[in-house]
This record gives sequence, C-alpha cells and structure tokens, in this order.
Amino acid sequence: MSILTWTYIMVGLTFGLYIFIAWASRVKDTKGFYVAGGGVPPIANGMATAADWMSAASFISMAGLISFLGYTGSIYLMGWTGGYVLLALLLAPYLRKFGKYTVPDFVGDRYYSNTARVVALICAIFVSLTYVAGQMRGVGIVFSRFLEVDVNTGVIIGMAIVFLYAGLGGMKGITWTQVAQYTVLIIAYLIPAVAISMQITGTPIPQIGFGSTITTGQHAGKYLLDTLDMLNKDLGFSAYTQPGAKSMLDVFCITLALMVGTAGLPHVIIRFYTVPSVKGARLSAGYALLFIAILYTTAPAVASFARYNMIDTINNKAYTEAPAWFKNWEKTGLIAWVDKNNDGIIQYRAGKPFVGKPKFSGKTGPHGERIVSNTLTDNPNELYIDRDIMVLANPEIANLPAWVVALVAAGGLAAALSTASGLLLVIASSISHDLYYRLINRQASEKQRLLLGRIMIGIAVGVAGYFGINPPGFVAQVVAFAFGLAASSFFPIIVLGIFSKRTNREGAIAGMMTGIVFTAAYIIYFKFMGGTKDQWFLGISPEGIGTIGMILNFVVTLLVSSMTKEPPAEIQELVDSIRTPRGAGAAVDH
Amino acid sequence: MSKNLQEYWKRNLSLMTVLLVIWALVSYGCSILFVDQLNAIRIGGFPLGFWFAQQGSEIVFVCLIFIYYFRMSKLDKEYDVHE
Repeated sequence: MSILTWTYIMVGLTFGLYIFIAWASRVKDTKGFYVAGGGVPPIANGMATAADWMSAASFISMAGLISFLGYTGSIYLMGWTGGYVLLALLLAPYLRKFGKYTVPDFVGDRYYSNTARVVALICAIFVSLTYVAGQMRGVGIVFSRFLEVDVNTGVIIGMAIVFLYAGLGGMKGITWTQVAQYTVLIIAYLIPAVAISMQITGTPIPQIGFGSTITTGQHAGKYLLDTLDMLNKDLGFSAYTQPGAKSMLDVFCITLALMVGTAGLPHVIIRFYTVPSVKGARLSAGYALLFIAILYTTAPAVASFARYNMIDTINNKAYTEAPAWFKNWEKTGLIAWVDKNNDGIIQYRAGKPFVGKPKFSGKTGPHGERIVSNTLTDNPNELYIDRDIMVLANPEIANLPAWVVALVAAGGLAAALSTASGLLLVIASSISHDLYYRLINRQASEKQRLLLGRIMIGIAVGVAGYFGINPPGFVAQVVAFAFGLAASSFFPIIVLGIFSKRTNREGAIAGMMTGIVFTAAYIIYFKFMGGTKDQWFLGISPEGIGTIGMILNFVVTLLVSSMTKEPPAEIQELVDSIRTPRGAGAAVDH
Repeated sequence: MSKNLQEYWKRNLSLMTVLLVIWALVSYGCSILFVDQLNAIRIGGFPLGFWFAQQGSEIVFVCLIFIYYFRMSKLDKEYDVHE
C-alpha cells in the first residue's frame, strides 16, 4: 500500500478514536466541563498533561532545531522540562489545595482584587491565543504533506475535530482524548527513532545510540557525535557538541525564561486542578515529566541521527541522483536547491543559500530542480532546508516502510490537536468563567454557564483557525512572547502568594505590571521596531528577557508589599490552609 | 498556625531547597556554566557536559519530582496532615 493510503487509514482510525472517547465522556455540568469533575487518576492526568504540553513544536520542530543548533539546542530540552520541577515543588500541590477552576481565580482571590484578576485574565488569553495559532498551523502542514490536501482544508478539518471533542466533553473529554493522543504520539515518535538508531549504530535504544559508534559507511567505527563535530567543522558550522554563537549568559537566561514560563503557563497549571488530591497533584507532575522525558530524551538522539543522515545522503551528491524524499519535500517548498556553481551537485555548507524563504518562480532548471527567484547570497551553500521537516522526513530518509511514515503523520496531528484543545479550554474558561461568571453575572445558572463555555470554545476555535489559515508573519516571534509573559507575570506572584503571607494586593499588581510592561516593551522593541543585537541589555536576547522581567517582578512585589498594609487576616488564613494538604475537597467555583 | 504545622512547613521548605539546589546544579551548573570543563571528560561517545545538557538534566528532573512526592507523602503522615 502507498504512503497516502496508509496515512488515510492511520489518521482515520485515530480521529475515530478521539471522537468515540469524546462521546463517551461528554459532560452535563460546569465542574466536568472545567476540571473534569476533579476525579482524574494521577497517571492518566500525567499522560494528558504530557500530551497537552507537547505541541506540534515539540513533536515536529524540536528535533529539527536541535539538529541544526547542536549543543545550543539544549536550551529547549532543559527549558521545556525543568519547569515541571518548579511546578511540582512550588505550585501544583498548593493550587490544587486552593481548589478553584483557573489561574485568574487564584490571583483574584489571593490578592482580594478584581484588578489583579483582570490583569491575569488578559495575560491568560493572550498567551493561549498566541500558542494556539501555531498549533493550527502545525495541523495544516501535516495535512498538506501527508494527505495531499490544501493546507486550509487541513486546518478546517482539524478545527472541526477539536470543536467536536472539546465542545462536547470540556475538560473531561479533552483529558481522556489526550491520554489516547499521548499514546499515539509517543509510539509514532519512538518507532522511527529506534529503527534509525538500529540502522546507524546497531543499538535499539536511541538515548544510548547517539553516544555509540557508527556501524556502516565511510565513517564506520567512529563515534557518531565525533563524526558530527568533524562534519560540522568541515562544512563551516560550529562543532555539534560544543557551545556555539550564543553567549553563556544568554543561554542561561533563555533556559530560565523557558523553565519559569512553562511553570507559569495557564494551560499547564489548570491540569493540576483535575486530580482528586494534593498528593495526586504531586504524583501527577512526576508522571507528566516522566512521559515528557521519554520524548525529550529521544529528541536529541533523533536530531543527531537526522543530521548525520541528511549530510551523508545529500551533501556532495548529484541532484539527479538525490533520493525520492528530497524531491517530495522540494514539492512542498520546504527544501530548495540553487546550483550556484553549475556543477549539478548539491553543496551543503554553513550560511543561508539565499535571502528569506524560497519563492519559486514556477520554472524548473536544467536538472529538474525548482527555480527560486530569491536574491542569492555569496556563500557556497546551495541548500535551503526547513528545520521542521527533519522529524517528518526522517522515516523516509531512513527508508522505513510506508506505515511508519503514516504513523508519524498521525503522531504529529495528535501532538498539535491535544495542545490546541487544552489551550482552547483555557480561553473558553477565561471568558465564560473568569470574565462572565465571576465579574459580570454572578447569578448565571449552571446551564447558562455550560452553554456559554461551549459557545466560547466555538469562537476560540474559529479565531485559532483563522490564524492557522492566515498565519500572521509574527507567530514565530510571539511564541517567545508567550513564555516571557508567563514567566514575568504569573510565576512570581503565584509563588509569592503561596510562600509569602506578607505579599499583598498592591505588591502583586505593581509587580505584575512591571514584569509585563518591561518584558513586552523589550520584545516589541527588538522584534517589531527594528532594535539591533548590539543594543541588547547585557547581551540578552528577547527570548531570554523574561528572566529579567521575572526578577523585576519579584523585587517590585516584595518592595511594594513591605511598604504597604499587610493582607487581611482571612487571606493569611487562606495561605495557611493551602500549605497543608488535609481538607482538599474537589475544586469549587465560588 | 500551630507549632506542629510550622515545623511541617519548615521541613517542607528545607526539602524543597535541597531539591532545587540539585535542580540548579545539573541544569545551570553542569550543562551551562561548566560545560566546557565537563566536555573534557568523556563517557563513551558523549562529552560529559553535552550529555548533561541533552540527557542528564532531564533524567535528574524526573527523579527530583518523584523524590519530592515520596518524601512529602511520608511527611504528611508524620504530621498527620495527609488526606
């Protein structure tokens, strides 16, 4: 059977499964809708959290990024896992004990202030919207390559599926679908990784394989990583295993901003309200990270295999003899080759082959390659290769059977859909619960609120789909924004809200505002207003500035709190009560 | 807060501090600040600093959370605040 037939079968089966689960777990009350009735076992919640967290970016893009960045790519590996330690130790158990539905709920109640609630609400919506647009785009890319439909049709199919199960089942439907999606995505990630590890190094465990020796070919007998260091240097890149162009302070700040941002992301925090107890919240954070780490320790192995395979199979080969996958991906526009020296041979070197993303003129060159109209650069590199294809093309590069390629497509979709649904729920609950119910109409009936929650999911799906079809050019840039914002706004005031009784309303609002305004201004200046690298504060890039924003938030919150009146007695009692596990009932909404 | 609960909270804080110090050491220490020094040491095909950045940190993070879970479950029972 062809790849296309297999892909239809795999995607059809998995989508059928998701809809079946959603139907089986449809809900009738707001508690089921927002926190899955608070009765999800920790291991299931761990899997759901892992699927919720690992987005199209983790599944599709991360290994590709590491493949091109080498050591520096570790910022994503550590940044996107280390935050769970902070979550498990500093946030999850206490927020579970506090027992409300959302992050703005905690901020609003702990700081006895609707102003604080609204600021938190706006941050939650902004962070989630930014994120979800990227997911919808991921769905579109997978559809267009593997099902050979238009990207836009792909986005619309994805929207319909997410709306079905998120609208029907709310948090409960999402949680159980995510358990299934985790299973699909991890199998889809591991099978090709194991197969490729066997091919290159003869070791079935990829985590060990990438530290082993190559078994066949011209580099046989040498360590894979040594070979990559050497190939990278020969082609003009920095050594694969050594720190590259980014300064140590910048690497430090980016890693910290990603970690703290992870711990502050509303769609991650909200997951810990769904388990039955404080103990369950601690355990489920452990399971979540374990399930995430299975993929995150495989990714750097996949990255090094992919880099080796790519250089080995296409560099210095004639275009006419390039493997089939090369031409398949060239058709999608994610690979482009310009024969700068007219020798018909693909030369892959450091640097960009031409300015910007490839613009195809519609004509083909003397060897059958698609001609691009971009301005060429004067370095010897002739190859444009999109980082995102490393994982998707991997099974084809390694000549794995068609069903594996199809499985990877189903896995990519599972990763994108699971994250999208979690984010959509945060957006829907922010508006229908935090804004409408808490601030506008406290008398709303259970039925009205449930209906509004569903309508909000519908609207959010529509908005996300719109951005998926018409991606604003700045999506990639604003992802840095999402983490920076979460790091500099939520994290400090939630932590202080739990660990410092003295922190009060005035401190929290001042701290949050300082953190957001500083971080946002820095990112906007450098990403959208043409700020240049030499103006960076201490050489810290906009991706890492959330760290400084967070520190400012901590300092301002503590300073202002110490100069103003201490919080009322009942708030101090509330803090005492969230510090002890006993008495954690199910999450409540008033 | 009763004296007993204050003690419970203090012990929780000191456990947390120890675990967070380890968290910072493996990620910011071994993987970033001292990566060059550690890269001089090799385990199989891995330079050690590179291994900490791409494998070791992630594995240690998982262990830290489970250690916290088990120690806190014990502590909760000891101070009779478990659910």
